[in-house]
Amino acid sequence: MLKSKTSRWLAGPYLVWMAAFIVVPLFIVIWYAMTNSDGQFTLDNLTQIGRYSSVFARSLILAAVSTVICLVLAFPVGYFLSRLRANKQHIMLMLVMLPMWMNFLLRTYAWMTLLEKNGLINKFFGLFGIGPFNMINTSGAVVLGMVYNYLPFMILPIYTAMTKIDDSIIEAAQDLGCNVWQILWRVLVPLTGPGIATGITQVFVPSVSTFIISRMLGGGSNLLIGDLIELQFLGNSYNLNLGSAMSLVLMVIVLLCMSFTSSFDESEMEGVM
Amino acid sequence: MDENIIVSLKDIVVDFDGQKVLDGLSLDIHDKEFVTFLGPSGCGKTTTLRVIAGFITPKSGNVFFDGKDIADLPPYKRPVNTVFQKYALFPHLNVFENVAFGLRLKKMPEEEIRPKVLEMLEIVGLKGFERRSIHQLSGGQQQRVAIARSLVNQPRVLLLDEPLGALDLKLRKEMQLELKRLQREMNITFVYVTHDQEEALTMSDTVVVMSGGNIQQIGSPQDIYNEPRNAFVARFIGDSNIVDGVMIKDFLVNFGGHDFTCVDRGFKSNEPVQVVIRPEDVQIVPPSIGMLTGLVREVIFKGVHFEMHVDVEGYEWLIHSTQASQPGELIGMNIGPDEIHIMARTEV
Ligand SMILES: Nc1ncnc2c1ncn2[C@@H]1O[C@H](COP(=O)(O)OP(=O)(O)OP(=O)(O)O)[C@@H](O)[C@H]1O
Ligand SMILES: [Mg+2]
Repeated sequence: MLKSKTSRWLAGPYLVWMAAFIVVPLFIVIWYAMTNSDGQFTLDNLTQIGRYSSVFARSLILAAVSTVICLVLAFPVGYFLSRLRANKQHIMLMLVMLPMWMNFLLRTYAWMTLLEKNGLINKFFGLFGIGPFNMINTSGAVVLGMVYNYLPFMILPIYTAMTKIDDSIIEAAQDLGCNVWQILWRVLVPLTGPGIATGITQVFVPSVSTFIISRMLGGGSNLLIGDLIELQFLGNSYNLNLGSAMSLVLMVIVLLCMSFTSSFDESEMEGVM
Repeated sequence: MDENIIVSLKDIVVDFDGQKVLDGLSLDIHDKEFVTFLGPSGCGKTTTLRVIAGFITPKSGNVFFDGKDIADLPPYKRPVNTVFQKYALFPHLNVFENVAFGLRLKKMPEEEIRPKVLEMLEIVGLKGFERRSIHQLSGGQQQRVAIARSLVNQPRVLLLDEPLGALDLKLRKEMQLELKRLQREMNITFVYVTHDQEEALTMSDTVVVMSGGNIQQIGSPQDIYNEPRNAFVARFIGDSNIVDGVMIKDFLVNFGGHDFTCVDRGFKSNEPVQVVIRPEDVQIVPPSIGMLTGLVREVIFKGVHFEMHVDVEGYEWLIHSTQASQPGELIGMNIGPDEIHIMARTEV
């Protein structure tokens, strides 16, 4: 009894923090989204968003493509990491995390110089008389930036889930007649379900709301929701109300995505608990 | 070659990091036989099973199944199933789905799977448990699921790696009988691994005693117990007194300063030998009429019998007897010809 009371008090500072910096701003965003510049109630901001549906669609598609690529890359990496001996696991994990120790902007700038028309990659191809290729300012470059920046967030939870799978479980599956694909679908995927769900959320959410990656690698032609919102607050088309409405819609999209993956998460956990 | 041989290992060599774990092991396993690998920890029992199951490719040597070399057959295509040392049940599936796993892979129709799984669960005594998550099962119940999961596929050979290792003594004994019954009823070859000699003697048709990556002796439980081939087997299978002696001629051996008639022959005259006498085979008699005399050092009550440590000319003998002597007492000891087992002397 005493314990639960004290622990409730310990949660106090965080609750205050949440109220001041999360709940209150949320209501401010909602209030701005529902009013016009004169402070009067209107739904115009929200209905206007329809005009930007192509930007929303592009954001969702690029984020989804990046998430799928991350998943496909991270799954085997997570598996092989988890099968290494303990000391090697630590070294390899460090290597996976290494890019994350560098500043996000710097990492993305680095790709700019690599992908540019006169960048390193085109120079390299030039040596063989091929190219130059048009790589920067394409949606492919944006996807590359997303995958590069967020891949570790997919690898880590999948790797963690994989470490809980004993070798003998995989051997048992083989023993009962599983070939490689059947081991993948009948054992590894279901057992790493929660890790996959976490990874999807951790990659999809920042990808769908990014604006730096698209601005640096996507040029003007690959505007994403994040860019659009930024323009409303800091750009030429200054419009706090529209920006808030867009943020609100983005938030709903993210929430939908998270509730989808977490429901998947729970249904997977049922068997385990 | 024997028609009846189902699995045959020929000169199997396995090494890990240059260390030989199996050193030229050869073995024939007969169809429908209960074979037990018995040996101390680290002697290569699990490794041998894994070679048969296909999880380890030996560095050299061949594995034959029904006379065909199966070196190229991956584990999932081999007609054997394994009950793993740590059960290795699928945590994301319930009891029913764990048992149905192998049948589903064979694309058996659903209406055939259901009765088969339920029947198997009934056989292992888990009727009504099919919807349970495996986390809601005790160790013994998980073990039964693991056995059912393998047996439902009707493998020709079932490999069991210390399946009762984690169970308490009472449950162990129950499961030993149950496994033996399953093996008889289903008419399948069982290859069983244990380091418990009593378990090996109770359950097996054939016992394979292993040590250091090699086979020390293969035989029926009676053979192994009564006629151990060397001191290692004699020591490993139950308590025994192993004393140095000299074979005077056929049917006559000298040890402890006395000539004993025995039933062994075929040694050279005056060949140094080792004599094995089981502790329960020594009769205690008054010192005046004993073939040997000894000084009782220690007496320990063991329930069914007394365990006595007796000093005989500098050798410590172990004697099991239902009547207790007192420490410090001088006793006579007689040994019948049938109770004496002679082995060629080996250095161990
Ligand atoms: N994957 C491996 N890598 C390196 N050495 C191994 C490996 N597996 C087994 N060994 C070594 O091989 C030897 C035999 O191992 P094995 O597991 O066959 O023994 P065991 O007879 O089953 O023992 P236990 O009764 O303890 O299970 C041991 O010395 C062990 O250390
Ligand atoms: Mg073992």
